[in-house]
Amino acid sequence: MTGPLDTGSPRLRPGVRLTHDHVRDTDMVLLPEGVLVLNETAAAVLGLCDGRRTVAQITDVLRERYDGVRAEDVTELLADLAERRVVSLGDRQGAGLDDPAGVRPDD
Amino acid sequence: MTEAPLGLLAELTHRCPLHCPYCSNPLELAGRSAEMTTDQWRDALSQAHELGVVQMHFSGGEPLARRDLPELVAHARGLGAYVNLVTSGVGLTGDRARALADCGVDHVQLSLQDADPARADRIAGARVHTAKRRAAQAVLAAGLPLTVNVVLHRANIEHTGEIIELATALGADRIELANTQYYGWALRNRGALLPTPRQLAVAQQAVEQARTRYTGRGPELVYVVADHYADRPKPCMHGWGSRQLTVTPTGDVLPCPAAGVITTLPVENVLRRPLARIWYDSRAFNAFRGTGWMADPCRTCPQRHTDFGGCRCQAFQLTGDATATDPVCTLSPHRRLVDALLTEDAAPDDTSQPAFVMRTQTAS
Repeated sequence: MTGPLDTGSPRLRPGVRLTHDHVRDTDMVLLPEGVLVLNETAAAVLGLCDGRRTVAQITDVLRERYDGVRAEDVTELLADLAERRVVSLGDRQGAGLDDPAGVRPDD
Repeated sequence: MTEAPLGLLAELTHRCPLHCPYCSNPLELAGRSAEMTTDQWRDALSQAHELGVVQMHFSGGEPLARRDLPELVAHARGLGAYVNLVTSGVGLTGDRARALADCGVDHVQLSLQDADPARADRIAGARVHTAKRRAAQAVLAAGLPLTVNVVLHRANIEHTGEIIELATALGADRIELANTQYYGWALRNRGALLPTPRQLAVAQQAVEQARTRYTGRGPELVYVVADHYADRPKPCMHGWGSRQLTVTPTGDVLPCPAAGVITTLPVENVLRRPLARIWYDSRAFNAFRGTGWMADPCRTCPQRHTDFGGCRCQAFQLTGDATATDPVCTLSPHRRLVDALLTEDAAPDDTSQPAFVMRTQTAS
């Protein structure tokens, strides 16, 4: 079975922003109701989530930059960030559109 | 060691076109002439940024009542802060929403009072429900993500299911359903606002049904429980003076939006003292930091690092002692005070709806 983590192109959800905080000298993701402090790996992964690169392509870019990148670690991190509503995984490769805003209750 | 704050609640004004009886603003509302000027607010925002604040919540009253809102938003965003606009939506036209998005608003929280227009307008004390529906459309058309905020109480809590449906249909990405917290006008109206246990069960069930229905899609549902009915206190503000500060319309700087009720604490003001000094050095901000201030039963309680002893304002309001354990906690020697409120104000068979004291600028 394949899912968004195999075929999708993750991107930051609307209302989510990456930033570098100079006071704490750390990367952060800013959310509607909160802040996540990012380690270097998470910051690198999120920096590549542009809604065009697939998870596999993100993993490839990371491998060019870092040693010992494991695909399952990237997948797991993205699943966690999707769970926290930081990224949407998107199931359409190359999709640049936002999610439909109004999901009707009975769709 | 005290860490830098992450968030600022900027209460730009107390002016508001709504008169909601559940408002947590103080009974004595600041008038327009007492509000900080644009330059004073700009300076406060800059100081907050230098202090380490990365998230700025523009609230009120109704922040749209300030004509300089776009300037202040642009200033905050220019500092790199995440800008969250907390609004009633009254006056939020398509043009205005687009202009605010251009200035750098990241996210909008829109309040609703109920699902049904007539009931919603009765709670708001103004004919605003239709305008709010248009405001939601304006937010989405401006490309901004939308959270719908609803404060729950005796008069609307049984409609939780309908409210979730409406918020979802309006395009909310996030729905925040928060049981009333009893400060300011809400405390004044507690007798008319406290829900009954049966009503709470209805709301709980509606939330669970919606969660099941929207699993993996649809809006995020946040449900804030009615803490008078809980047996442990809420982890208020994640601890006093730990993550967030509030600046009121007149420049008072508070560890939480309600902290003005603790009359035993001095009130700091950003026009008189630098924000960093207030955050790190003031008596008000240090009074309940950490666990050293705690008395029994908190002092030795294993939960003290997760609930921080609950809410200082509630402890003060109910016991007169701001260092007491939040009386909501069943380990508190004062829990009977909360139980008495529940018995008197929210008896299970009580379906009456006492009159509200509506929020007004002149009443005190």
